[in-house]
Amino acid sequence: MFIVKYRKIFYAISVLLVVASIASLSIWGLKLGIDFKGGTSITFQYPTERPSIEAVKGKIDTLQVSPAISGTYSLVPYGPTGYVLKTRNLSEPERALIMGAIQSNTAEKVEFKKVNTIGPTLGKTSANKALVSVVLVLICIVLFITFAFRKVSKPVSSWKYGLVSVLALSHDVIIPMGLFAVLGHYLGYEVDTLFVTAILVILGFSIHDTIVVFDRTRENLKNNRGDKSAKSFETIVGESINQTFTRSLNTSLTTLLAILMVFLFGPEATKNFSLVLLVGVFFGTYSSIFIASNLLVTIEKFQKKA
Amino acid sequence: MIKRRFWAVILILVSLLIGYFVYSTENSTSKFKFKLGLDLNGGTELVYKADLTKASTTPAEVKTSMDVLRDVIERRINVFGVSEPVVRVERVGFTGGENEQQLIVELPGVTDIEAAVAMIGATPSLEFKLLSKDSEQLSKDLEKASSIEEKNKIAEKMFEYTGITGKLLKKSQLEFNQTSGEAMVALQFNTEGEELFAKVTKENVGRRLAIFLDGDMKSMPVINEEIRGGKAVISGNFSGSTGIKEARSLVNNLNLGALPVPIELISTQVIGASLGKNAVDASVQAGILAFIVISIFLIVWYRLPGLLAVIALAIYTAINLAIFKLIPVTLTASGIAAFILSVGMAVDANILIFERMKEELKRGRELGDAVKEGFARAWLSIRDSNTSSIITALILFFFSSTSMVKGFALVFLIGVVVSMFTAITASRTLLLAIRNDKAGRLLKFLFGAGFKK
Repeated sequence: MFIVKYRKIFYAISVLLVVASIASLSIWGLKLGIDFKGGTSITFQYPTERPSIEAVKGKIDTLQVSPAISGTYSLVPYGPTGYVLKTRNLSEPERALIMGAIQSNTAEKVEFKKVNTIGPTLGKTSANKALVSVVLVLICIVLFITFAFRKVSKPVSSWKYGLVSVLALSHDVIIPMGLFAVLGHYLGYEVDTLFVTAILVILGFSIHDTIVVFDRTRENLKNNRGDKSAKSFETIVGESINQTFTRSLNTSLTTLLAILMVFLFGPEATKNFSLVLLVGVFFGTYSSIFIASNLLVTIEKFQKKA
Repeated sequence: MIKRRFWAVILILVSLLIGYFVYSTENSTSKFKFKLGLDLNGGTELVYKADLTKASTTPAEVKTSMDVLRDVIERRINVFGVSEPVVRVERVGFTGGENEQQLIVELPGVTDIEAAVAMIGATPSLEFKLLSKDSEQLSKDLEKASSIEEKNKIAEKMFEYTGITGKLLKKSQLEFNQTSGEAMVALQFNTEGEELFAKVTKENVGRRLAIFLDGDMKSMPVINEEIRGGKAVISGNFSGSTGIKEARSLVNNLNLGALPVPIELISTQVIGASLGKNAVDASVQAGILAFIVISIFLIVWYRLPGLLAVIALAIYTAINLAIFKLIPVTLTASGIAAFILSVGMAVDANILIFERMKEELKRGRELGDAVKEGFARAWLSIRDSNTSSIITALILFFFSSTSMVKGFALVFLIGVVVSMFTAITASRTLLLAIRNDKAGRLLKFLFGAGFKK
């Protein structure tokens, strides 16, 4: 029951994290990858040892391309012996020119592991689609919860369950986004389409968790109805949280273990993706236990006063 | 009781068979081998934008144009012997209109972009357009126009769409002008093209019909009379020996198929084979480790039911993998991540049932009743929470723009559905099979969960 009793402390923790995340998002913003802003990325690797960044930059800077790319691209180490070059959207001849320059004056054969060019319009479409998907998921989930909990309208009506879950969901999504704004600013982490996928999966997972707790509340409210020693809403919510506590922790633990394995041992391509998921699933569980149901209690108290 | 056990044995046998199917079809000859996406196999993905703006067409016409486009590109790629290429057409977003269409070409194993782009780039687009009646006025306007946009707008009005395009072409051949000896490219339309060509020429005698190749105007002959038989000639550009060569390659390219609309390359992606190989190894390793860690956790925490959950999870994995092979689902790095994630979430159904079962036991119910009650009570949670996951997966699948995200969504969706199915069948059957109404202390201990009593 202590979870309901000390709900203000948990609110405070969440508000603090959300405010910090929104602050970092508005100050630094997310660093968009070429998926969203268009551009060319070339990943290449040397067989034994890579030359210095300056040496590679020197080769690229002397190239005659228009508009000039010198000073506008980024070159960062990749793995033990490679680099990733990210630049504006290159035409086919320009790309061939740059790949030729990287190979020039190098005895060893440079291996081009991945070359990716995305036009600016395609990037913009992807960004729009991503945004629409997130909004759509949120709307559908509110509607679904309103429907699934339609029989519980006392003391809190079912659409408020939906509203509360969306509040909890926003919390779960804003925190990893804030983290990536920080990581983007300090470590150059970029946001790609997989990042959006991760955000959507967090939505799915967190709602899954929240529904399990709500479902228990729904059941306990029903059982309590005919009871003479009717319990207060606060007590029922507290009991429901306690009853589902172990399950919530265990489910999150198994899911986190699975994602952790992907993060630690999985391919390079899904590293950032699994990091977002780790953070999101953690906070998703936190909000299902400590925030969502508590908000129901707060709403009920507010209604009584009004 | 005996019936329950019988079903449990059948269940395990069937699962073993499915498992064997997954394992045995992994040799190089089987058609049920896992299909790996470009990011795991190495290869090239090219995205083209179809330029439909100049053709004021109805949705139905757009669709046929895009279908022809796909067929032509497919035929051309097949000539070059790329194994299992994928060519598909996609509308750009739900916000974009009918006129925004993309053509996505996936070439597994091809890592030379130049070769790939050249291979497709050689496909000509062929269109016949009528010169506008107001062409004189329009060209005057064109001279007066100041901004580029204005010029483009006027230029678009210069020619009228006729519907005669490369999709109606039957064949093409090299011919020589009898008097001048100059090379010409003769075109023969198919039956549909023949009719349309006759109709257009009949209705527009005296006007000029321009021939556009790859968006450039090649010639603009005057229509003297109705032309029957669906024959046309491109001439006037092929003089000298280079001209003949040019005409010959054009004939070859036209015979491989001509595009109904011009296309423009907007995105390319090439993944080296070694990168893909590393990603597969890493994914498989992560998957196996995830399974082991989850199994240890389940057995330590939930004891005997935990062990059953591990068996249910193994059944879940086997069914999932078999579905991937049968559909077949193209696996990408993100798809495999989705699968591993779904394994973690599939455990949830079991945990929900066990926790409920434990509560019922605490209330003093018999073991058998506790299993049944626990399952019945957990089912509502399982149903509602998975429904929300399915909604998420569906939205991801239908509104995502990249194949990477689509692959993720599909695997996730299959995972959620199969996990519900295994919760109802496998977990339930197994639990009911081992329950014993005259439970001894050992069995009660084995069903106990958590470290403290």
